[in-house]
Amino acid sequence: MSEMKKATRDGFGEEIVKLGKKDNNIYVVDVDIGKSCKTGAFRKELPDQYLNVGIAEQNAAGVAAGLATCGKIPFVVTYAVFGSMRMCEMIRQEICYPKLNVKIACSHGGVTPANDGASHQSIEDMGVLRTIPNMTVIMPADYASAKKLVEKAAEFEGPVYLRFTRDAIPMIYEEDVELEIGKAHKIQEGKDVAVIANGDTVCIAMEAAKELERQGISVKLLDMHTIKPLDREAVLECIRDTGKIITVEDHNILNGLGSAVCEVAAEAGNAVVRRIGVQDQFGQSAPYHRLLEMNGITAENIVNTAKELMKN
Amino acid sequence: MKKMSVKELEKQSLELRKKVIRMIYKAQSGHPGGSLSAADMVTALYFREMKIDPSNPHWEDRDRFVLSKGHVCPIQYASLATLGYFDEGVLETLRQEGSMLQGHPDMKKCPGIDISTGSLGQGLACGVGMAIAGKKDRKDYRVFVMVGDGECQEGEIWEAAQTAHKYELDNLIVFVDNNNLQLDGITDEVMPNIHLGKKFEAFGFDMYEIDGHNMKEITDTLDRIRMTKDGKPKCIFANTIKGKGVSYMENECGWHGVAPNEEQYTQAIRELDEQIAAL
Repeated sequence: MSEMKKATRDGFGEEIVKLGKKDNNIYVVDVDIGKSCKTGAFRKELPDQYLNVGIAEQNAAGVAAGLATCGKIPFVVTYAVFGSMRMCEMIRQEICYPKLNVKIACSHGGVTPANDGASHQSIEDMGVLRTIPNMTVIMPADYASAKKLVEKAAEFEGPVYLRFTRDAIPMIYEEDVELEIGKAHKIQEGKDVAVIANGDTVCIAMEAAKELERQGISVKLLDMHTIKPLDREAVLECIRDTGKIITVEDHNILNGLGSAVCEVAAEAGNAVVRRIGVQDQFGQSAPYHRLLEMNGITAENIVNTAKELMKN
Repeated sequence: MKKMSVKELEKQSLELRKKVIRMIYKAQSGHPGGSLSAADMVTALYFREMKIDPSNPHWEDRDRFVLSKGHVCPIQYASLATLGYFDEGVLETLRQEGSMLQGHPDMKKCPGIDISTGSLGQGLACGVGMAIAGKKDRKDYRVFVMVGDGECQEGEIWEAAQTAHKYELDNLIVFVDNNNLQLDGITDEVMPNIHLGKKFEAFGFDMYEIDGHNMKEITDTLDRIRMTKDGKPKCIFANTIKGKGVSYMENECGWHGVAPNEEQYTQAIRELDEQIAAL
């Protein structure tokens, strides 16, 4: 892991320009928070492929659906809390039900809009969208993987929800990292405990894994960037190899990565799962790291949880 | 296809009304009232105005039709079947398991449906997206959207209207089927709309107020609109009668989403036949 930090929304902002230049069917549909969601370069360099429909998210979803029926590949760009819940039924009716090729690309995932407070922190979005048929739900773990997964989402035919961080997070991967939608990325192999994380918690999980290895506990670590479709095979492998799984996410522990992993584990049997994430509570205006601490989303908590699992 | 005369269109709309009544009677489920209020406008679009090819439903240059008030799809299904998008026998399967004719229009199941609708308030935004795509691609197709007056209580309609103005969508024509009834009662009582035509005008639309059952007025208005390329989206504010053409359904809120029984079915068909004979 490098010392460098970058927000994944910046990865999106850079990649979407590259993609838009390659394919003039790629559109950005902004809702007046383009500056904050990093579409400024796209707007400047590709004005013919750029729309701004004002502060009107529901309409943005419908406009995108209409564009998609005419062969365009629109990326609706907003904050996670609006791109999932404000637009939810429009996404369901006009994008997912007819399986149109619309991407919802959202900055400000999880508690990363820390100082903005609870109204802007998005802790339910991935869970909400995970329950809609035909939707794919992704959160990249760093800048390089954000770029890669944006590219993959553009190539993929169908609705995709992409969730980025507002704040800078450590850069984990090299620029040429290979990732596939729906396939967990194995960061390291291990035999005692499996840690499955996504988004901005992957770097925290890596820190915990390092400490656990130092203490003699072997950790299998997965970046589960796609929570739907979930890589069931990767979860089953964790169960076979360790029988002990810890999930880590910057999302409510209800309905997100942890729940998705539990669904597989419960059906398979033979595994214990501990979920680390937002404790089904709203946040507040506070520093990002403090919000993580308030919910136990820390390397220390992962280490302690792993050690507790090892005792049983 | 030769353009139909006003008289031929009037006859066609009555024939479509009969098909609507039969479909809903057969299914014992569906929405007759709004199908009948929209019938004349839908007829004018499908049988005269729109540039479409029933043998090629995905033709890129076709005009689009968005039935935002998706629950009145029986009138759209009847039109599509009559034009040959699918076999007329399929109309008998409305709302049945496995049918392409879902309770609300499904673009992936039914040929000729340009967008799936059914949740009110959402179709206009989709039409705006299609019209923007047409402008961007320098295509001359147009997008026709039909909304209900009750439906305009949804805020998204007005978000979409703003966007139509901003992007100067003179290739977008919105019909407001102003039948003044919605599920729970009289629209002006459930939630007064004041004057929807004037609202669209205030949002930057050219507005044409017409009698939505006067075929000559409908076609004359469409002729005028075809000639007007002024950068402004169009609104045809059409005063209509819910249940139009079947005496006991007219202006009766109770016929929003109820199927006729055998006796009512027979009477409706007889009344429509009499109107055809009187033409």
